[in-house]
Amino acid sequence: MNTALLSLLIAMPLAVAGILVLLRVPRPLDRVLLLAPGTVTLAVSTWLLWLVRDGAVLAHNVALWPGGIAIPLVVDAFSALMLWATSLLVVVCAAFAIAVGDDRASYFGPLVLVLSAGVAGALMTADVFNMFVFIEVMLLPAYGLLAMLGGRGRIRAGRVYVTLNLLTSTIFLSGVALVYGSAGTVNLAALAGAASESPAVAVGAGVVILALCVKAAVVPVHGWLTRAYTGTSVAVTALFSGLHTKVAIYAIYRLYAVVFDGDARFLWIGVLAFSLTMAIGVLGAVGEDTTRSILVFHMISQIGYILLGVALFTQLGLMAGIFYLIHHMFVKASLFLSTGAIEHTHGTGALDRLGGIARREPLLALVFMAGALSLAGLPPFSGFVAKLTLVAGALEAGQWAAAATAVVVSVVTLLSMLKIWGGAFWGTPPEERADQDTGEHAGGGVAVQDPPRVRPALLMPGLVLAVTTLALGLGAQVLLDLSAQAAAHLLDPSTYVEAVLR
Amino acid sequence: MTLAITIGVLVAGAVFLMLQRGMVRIILGFVLLGHAANLLLMAAGGTYLRAQPLLGYTAADEASDPLPQAFVLTAIVIAFSITIYMLTLAATGRDDDTEDAS
Repeated sequence: MNTALLSLLIAMPLAVAGILVLLRVPRPLDRVLLLAPGTVTLAVSTWLLWLVRDGAVLAHNVALWPGGIAIPLVVDAFSALMLWATSLLVVVCAAFAIAVGDDRASYFGPLVLVLSAGVAGALMTADVFNMFVFIEVMLLPAYGLLAMLGGRGRIRAGRVYVTLNLLTSTIFLSGVALVYGSAGTVNLAALAGAASESPAVAVGAGVVILALCVKAAVVPVHGWLTRAYTGTSVAVTALFSGLHTKVAIYAIYRLYAVVFDGDARFLWIGVLAFSLTMAIGVLGAVGEDTTRSILVFHMISQIGYILLGVALFTQLGLMAGIFYLIHHMFVKASLFLSTGAIEHTHGTGALDRLGGIARREPLLALVFMAGALSLAGLPPFSGFVAKLTLVAGALEAGQWAAAATAVVVSVVTLLSMLKIWGGAFWGTPPEERADQDTGEHAGGGVAVQDPPRVRPALLMPGLVLAVTTLALGLGAQVLLDLSAQAAAHLLDPSTYVEAVLR
Repeated sequence: MTLAITIGVLVAGAVFLMLQRGMVRIILGFVLLGHAANLLLMAAGGTYLRAQPLLGYTAADEASDPLPQAFVLTAIVIAFSITIYMLTLAATGRDDDTEDAS
């Protein structure tokens, strides 16, 4: 294939966003235009996965400048997998936003499209400064979306989010400056192994990775996530949970593998920080009492699991981390969307104001249960395969403490999923509970209004993702093979480097 | 040395301002921090090279490195737009920055 076409994956959503801004597109057509680029990217990235399944690396030097000078766009198994997963999430979350009417907010469509273009760019670029630019392209529309939609707390959430991200972006930029000052290049392929040879480059690249760790919400720099993500609308939370922190995680994997060449000297820092992330995230969820804040704390915990893969830096560990990353993106968004359907229908996500939903909405309860069991790591869902390989990887690398943490934390995860289940799905509906409290039936001619039902359009997005996690659990071998291929490229980046510098 | 001291002073001022409660002061802190990062990028290109980087006009060993300058230009534009947006957020919504947390 002509690798110059890779840049179209970035240009196409941007162009459609431009059309949506400039022209007054009538109602049904603008929704089609919102979903179309994501669908096309999904199809293209499936094809890319097919092309790179045996370890090929597609690289294009933009504008045909010679390698090392040009900004390269690269697709290997890891970036193709990420492109595939992110584009599926964009489509599903946009469909949910359309179903709940979030897309009526002005410029919702263009903002989501620019966001997805930034994500595609950040996943494909092999230039550290260009990665900074694409992360900014991804964040700028996010600032708008976060403060535009949602409840009362959205401006406060927006302030926290913008402040935090501008700070980390500036740290990222300073890191890029240090890398350029010490190594004389910001091309990832030209930087291959530079940090393990020169301490100066290691400091610069370390600053970049520190900034990415803040963006990925690693303990102890995770506090912003729970404040920002609970203030906005459900569709936006689900979208961000699948894209933003995950792009940062992708970048940490890539940078540590290529620039540090998987240097074993620094791995203990990762094992320590990411084990703490697993434990503290899950403990934070204990004190929460709304569906969304519980899920957001679990996100922090799961980020620890995903990043443990890079801290092990063995073939099995990296493969498990990448599998976990893909699995987590789907499951987390599925949980956000299924509980979000409740939040939108009943007007609240507070556990003490919900109850008895399982009886009224059996299918929704099933979707949530699939996501919750997958998150906790029970078979036959993808979470089981992800946790099993990760724990096996940790044991193989001799990290007994990390493996034990992973197992214990998954039990606590299950407990906290049961808390949502018990609070929202089981028990008596709040209407009946109020009757029992006052001791008399609300009779006397006042008819108790039937609680609203969840519309099928709200249910579908969560259902699609729940089926995906089941499929990834039953047919895990396909994704495991691709993850193994991606891990092989991280373990030995020579093919990647050669393809970029060619 | 001058650049290093300037960057240090800017970062110190930025940290001081960002630890204040008012949103506007935090934003001013970010402006200073952005300047510090940009100066760091300029320093990364080597400040001893001063001539304009034009082909056939200056020798390669005298010409300044254009790449960090391009970086700085990009970074300035991004930081500027985010600063404007933050100012909008500071002016929108309830002013709860200066109240005691309750």
